[in-house]
Amino acid sequence: MGRYVVRRLLQMIPVFIGTTLLIFVMVYAIGDPVNALFGDRAPDPATAAQLRHQFHLDKPIWQQYVLYMGNIFTGDFGNAFNGRPVTDLMSTAFPITVRLAVIALVFEIIIGIALGVATGLRRGRPVDTSVLMLTLLVISVPTFVTGTLFQYLFGVKWGWIRPAVTPAAPVGELLLPGLVLALVSLAYVTRLTRTSIAENARADYVRTAVAKGLSRGRVTGRHLLRNSLIPVVTFLGTDVGTLMAGALVTERIFNIQGVGFQLWQGIVRQNSPTVVGFVTILVIVFLLANLLVDLLYAVLDPRIRYA
Amino acid sequence: MRGATRLTWTDRLTWTGKATATAALLALTATACGGGGSGGGGGGGGGGEVVRAFWTDPQHPVEPANTNEVQGGKVLDMIFRGLKKYNPDTGRPENAVARSISTDDQQNFTVKLKKGWKFSDGSPVTAKSFVDAWNYGALTTNKQVNSYFFEYIEGYDDVHPQKGDPKAKTMSGLKVKDDLTFTVRLNQKFSLWPETLGYSAYAPLPKKFFSDHDGWLSKPVGNGPYKVDSYTKGQSMKLSKNKHYAGEDKPKNDGVELKVYTDQNTGYTDLQAGNLDVVDELPANQLENAKKDLNGRYINQPAGITQTISFPMYDKRWRTEKAKLVRRGLSMAIDREKVTEKIYHGTREPATDLTSPVLGKQGGYRPGLCGDACTYDPKQAKQLIKKGGGLPGGRIKLTSNVDTGSHRQWMEAVCNSINHVLGKDDACLVDPLPTFAKFRNNISDKKMKGMFRTGWQMDYPLIQDFLQPLYYTDASSNDSGFSSSQVDKLMDRANSAPDEKQAVSLFQQAEKKVLDEFPVIPLWYQNGNAGYSDRVSGVKLNPFSVPVFTDIKVK
Repeated sequence: MGRYVVRRLLQMIPVFIGTTLLIFVMVYAIGDPVNALFGDRAPDPATAAQLRHQFHLDKPIWQQYVLYMGNIFTGDFGNAFNGRPVTDLMSTAFPITVRLAVIALVFEIIIGIALGVATGLRRGRPVDTSVLMLTLLVISVPTFVTGTLFQYLFGVKWGWIRPAVTPAAPVGELLLPGLVLALVSLAYVTRLTRTSIAENARADYVRTAVAKGLSRGRVTGRHLLRNSLIPVVTFLGTDVGTLMAGALVTERIFNIQGVGFQLWQGIVRQNSPTVVGFVTILVIVFLLANLLVDLLYAVLDPRIRYA
Repeated sequence: MRGATRLTWTDRLTWTGKATATAALLALTATACGGGGSGGGGGGGGGGEVVRAFWTDPQHPVEPANTNEVQGGKVLDMIFRGLKKYNPDTGRPENAVARSISTDDQQNFTVKLKKGWKFSDGSPVTAKSFVDAWNYGALTTNKQVNSYFFEYIEGYDDVHPQKGDPKAKTMSGLKVKDDLTFTVRLNQKFSLWPETLGYSAYAPLPKKFFSDHDGWLSKPVGNGPYKVDSYTKGQSMKLSKNKHYAGEDKPKNDGVELKVYTDQNTGYTDLQAGNLDVVDELPANQLENAKKDLNGRYINQPAGITQTISFPMYDKRWRTEKAKLVRRGLSMAIDREKVTEKIYHGTREPATDLTSPVLGKQGGYRPGLCGDACTYDPKQAKQLIKKGGGLPGGRIKLTSNVDTGSHRQWMEAVCNSINHVLGKDDACLVDPLPTFAKFRNNISDKKMKGMFRTGWQMDYPLIQDFLQPLYYTDASSNDSGFSSSQVDKLMDRANSAPDEKQAVSLFQQAEKKVLDEFPVIPLWYQNGNAGYSDRVSGVKLNPFSVPVFTDIKVK
């Protein structure tokens, strides 16, 4: 197990370098960020040249990349163009997004798996059909529609919540955004669990467990569910990454100043240090989440072993 | 052995499962309570007579010479007063810190300051505060995006050379005479120059700005009606009355809280929910309903922005006398009324001259100066284009970047209008470019072949600013490459005219000459929009579309 983890961690290094290089080149190739600083007019050449020099934009790309990576290892992610250090942006944005992602994940796991088990065991019954229809509906409605609708209904029409989350973003205010964020994935989790349960319900080991005289709850919880969770866990693992980076729409609607928002603003303002910095961290999160998922397989399924 | 390990794992798994379920249940109960609570206290977010206003993170650090967009401009307008100030109703410049600005030759100016002005930290506003601030703003190594505002001052080229390091730290044209007097020598005659000084780039700066720059940036200090109490970057800025303020427009409220929003739509929703008082950037998709949604608490007034379509006058095909007829014809083929109404819901108004209504008639705005050429007349349009030998190459392209604004929509509408008039489906084609940078590069490399979008946002409400940078030979934003010695001469004469009235009239003559040649098609004047809550009154926008916070009353 230990050796496996070390090997996986070592494999991350080339992946990390490759992805950051790719992002760096793409972000810097898009256009001239200095131009964007001057608004809708021709930039003054002297000032533009000074700014380019400050951000190393007058050097060749490979040199910029080496400089940038060198700084990263000393913990310096550079400054956004409005003078704020990127690390400063990260220290406010990441805790908020992590909170939001955890809330969404909890919703997905609890509601999604519960619905999945309930429908998987009652295939073809009215409960199953109606939940299936409902998930289809949720999947087909885009997040920004559900988001703005919920915000309008709960925030403006009924006044139960504040439509905009305050900058500190306490957990209570993040519950509704978290639910909105979780909805689509929740529907997928339900469907995945349902299929998996329905399939495994006919497996030999379940019949054996029933034949041993185990209680119904024990058969479902211990044997059936655990083995059926592998595809779900795979999905949730990749979803962690999506929840962190893809919360963009939800974050904008509910005024949450998290990772997605900072990324979006970085892109709109062509603020390269912000974009590259945040994506770099996200790459790490994604890699670690995937490793965790792979390790979880061994826990869930005794047939999988890592040496 | 392995079996045993596995068992512990499972046990732990079930245990955590239970724990999570309990936690979630608690959390859900908490929502129910929390939801009710915040609903009750929703309205009372402000406290006192504080105006809560929409804000987004300024693009640059909030420094006077480094702010060129509305969000930073909002702050500068509250915490600074320059020599002059533009009247929010008329757009006319009025003395603020200046007691007088006098000149005999339209090139050498003597500026005298009023006594008793202080920064919010109690230090006095002196002639040096201005001279130091301007020198700072102009020096190229300080990387201020508004440097070009100082380009008319003598010695600007030394502190701000086009290439390389500056030869001097200060501009030779600025001289402090005594505490309240300084002189300015310009590098050309410019009679309207004193009128430019209301723009925030010309604000005075306190000593602290130079001695503790980082400290100043984290909590800016100025001489305006408000002072900054706290500034949390990316979240909010709280401002209260500056008790040292010596100007006449003292705030009618206790303070302003600028709240950063991630999105205009969220700000608008929060306004509807009563958690916000002033939103000055209404989302485009809400403009149609805003008036109704807000029960008329909606502002739609001219801003100093005009949109035009330019022709590449450096292209041989467009320089001929006949091409002039085609250009006019194309202009007359555009149904401005319909486009502004359908796409912009009345937040743009069809343009009939090259300036903007914010100038007012006195400042040089002359509606109808463009005459027939800016009026939709399909029959005449078709005739003119035919007379001019038709479109060069049989068709024409209309180019712009389409990454921001609703450029694609209006361009398509304009092309449709032209195609409709000419009775041909492909006479006018939209040629979209992905980014503004790319578009800008093509313009400066003079690669344009057909029509292209040009827009102008004024630096200060003066007729000079709508003409000289755009139509003077080789001027900084003369994108069409237009050049006319007659126009240049008229502008030179206007700049050396002894009084404002004469200057304005000479600029108008120059404007008329430009329109005779018709290198650009005036499209529409852009309006500034804002919405406000029923908790406040007296909300209006200044000529730069920034809310006039001092005049807002909280009920």
